[in-house]
Amino acid sequence: MKAFTVHSGVVATMNRANVDTDQIIPKQFLKRIERTGFGQFLFYDWRFQDDGTTPNPDFELNQDVVKDASILVARQNFGSGSSREHAVWALDDYGFRSVIAPSFADIFYNNCFKNGVLPIVLPDADIDELFKRAENAPYQLTVDLENQVVRDESGFERSFEVDPSRRENMLQGLDDIAQTLLVEDKISAYEAARTW
Amino acid sequence: MSATENTPRNMLDKIWNEHVVHAPTTGPAVLYIDLHLVHEVTSPQAFEGLRLAQRPVRQPARTLATPDHNVPTSDRSLPIADPISRKQIETLRENCAEFGVQLFDIGDVRQGIVHVIGPENGYTQPGMTIVCGDSHTATHGAFGSLAFGIGTSEVEHVLATQTLLQFKPKTFELRVDGELSKGVTAKDMILYLIGQIGTAGGTGYVLEYTGDCVRALSMEERMTVCNMSIEAGARAGMIAPDQTTFDYLRDKPESPKDFEAAVERWRHLPSDPGATYDRSNVYQGKDIEPQVTWGTNPGQVLSVTASTPNPSDFSDPTDQKTTQDSLDYMDLKAGTPIQDIKIDRVFIGSCTNARIEDLRAAAAVVKGHHVSSDVNAMVVPGSGKVKEHAEREGLDKVFKEAGFDWREAGCSMCLAMNPDKLAPGERCASTSNRNFEGRQGKGGRTHLVSPAMAAAAAVEGHFVDIRDWAYKS
Repeated sequence: MKAFTVHSGVVATMNRANVDTDQIIPKQFLKRIERTGFGQFLFYDWRFQDDGTTPNPDFELNQDVVKDASILVARQNFGSGSSREHAVWALDDYGFRSVIAPSFADIFYNNCFKNGVLPIVLPDADIDELFKRAENAPYQLTVDLENQVVRDESGFERSFEVDPSRRENMLQGLDDIAQTLLVEDKISAYEAARTW
Repeated sequence: MSATENTPRNMLDKIWNEHVVHAPTTGPAVLYIDLHLVHEVTSPQAFEGLRLAQRPVRQPARTLATPDHNVPTSDRSLPIADPISRKQIETLRENCAEFGVQLFDIGDVRQGIVHVIGPENGYTQPGMTIVCGDSHTATHGAFGSLAFGIGTSEVEHVLATQTLLQFKPKTFELRVDGELSKGVTAKDMILYLIGQIGTAGGTGYVLEYTGDCVRALSMEERMTVCNMSIEAGARAGMIAPDQTTFDYLRDKPESPKDFEAAVERWRHLPSDPGATYDRSNVYQGKDIEPQVTWGTNPGQVLSVTASTPNPSDFSDPTDQKTTQDSLDYMDLKAGTPIQDIKIDRVFIGSCTNARIEDLRAAAAVVKGHHVSSDVNAMVVPGSGKVKEHAEREGLDKVFKEAGFDWREAGCSMCLAMNPDKLAPGERCASTSNRNFEGRQGKGGRTHLVSPAMAAAAAVEGHFVDIRDWAYKS
């Protein structure tokens, strides 16, 4: 997994609650057997018109000022629904390094940490403030995992919570499987002791 | 907290403690996984990861695979027309052969939706930890197991280590007292509960369904309830095992050989008297009416006797916008009576409602009736075994005579990855689990209902209250 320490980038906002993983990456693109190349299909049904190639001019991410956005600010329960990790692969491949929302769905939140995309929970009032500031686009934010802080250049600075072990793994880009295999003797002992 | 023998424990505490391989002082526990179910869509990248790292599957015997999401439900003697779908299913076949994983392939009567085949063959058992790269893995919690969906990175983690790194979830008891009214089903119960707590109400929790209404449910009905836990935001839902559970499992091919010893062990799983939950809500079965979703998430649900909401019913601006967006997508006006909504398609299927009892309930409704001339309706059994069972009972004939398509097993139009999908603008009464925008096909509009409600809507061409249905025997 790639490491995440500090990232500064342009913010895109998505003023929608309950954005589900079916919207983030529609099912017809889940047939691929690779992990890469999903960015072109991110938010496909919203992003393109019915012909599937002409950008929808009303869609948030199609606005010129956010075309290089790498931080997504959204509303509550982001990433709900299907467990498809393809949703995170698509965000990552498109160029998003971090998603900031008042709440996330559990499986999506977990999948983010497996791919070096940092999900950040901030209270509703702070999200409202970010939406307001981002109206003045392009709006730039810095996400600092080392110090657990989100800040801009004009006085917005909020700390955020993250589990210490997840933070450590992400800062170092550690591979979970290799970590777990460090206690393989314990797994073997558990298997040997099971009587049922 | 030190759990002594005298401290009452809930069911999650018991299952969790039995599966902790390693609990470091900080960070997640290493949790042992008893059963890993695998399908074609979320596994190819995981197997590829094993290959790159030259790792084997640690416990092939605890791993079971089947193709379900992508398989056509039409003539199985023909090759799969879509080359990308075909490639994905062939990849599953190759991976299973290479890594020694058992596969219920197309053509095997045991092939079917992964959450249908686990229980019906007895792989799913009380007290187990069960995972799958699919959010509806919660289904298996109906047996008193801890079952939840995982992403592909975690699929690889389980294949390689037979464990997962997990934080212990909190517990949320949803108790439903009393009795369900006639015509009200398990599907209505879970849709009602999701409507009550919302699509994120269960986030961070394992739901445990308790109460007399839950105890009275059959195993298949319990699976319907647990299946949709994720639609309330909970990764897992569970129901304590009891005699209903043991009777269901007794004759299943993969049930424990020493069945009585297993039952003795399973009897200790239910939460102890006095055990507590992080949250508890209590509902009354008599308050639940047949349910129909009107919007674009499963929490946007109403009784069949109600009318669609108005954005001005809500005070929060985000709620107002969400309501308006949902009405717009669904092409519905505020204040429309649910029973005035006309439909174009009916889908009876999915891991929520494609087991034999579901098909019996739908068949009983359509028997002696015919599908409305405005409606195209299909039935997709949950597995090859369900299909065979239904055909032995003559249900296929009932459906076909009424004008339904009778299909082969798979996920089909629940997520429309295969050729079964809605055309833009089409409106569907569906027994599946998600009414998200485009879920059943881009521009399609989905209303979630019980099998009996879907069947009645197919006949009438619009939603009707199943409690008033004129059954013909």
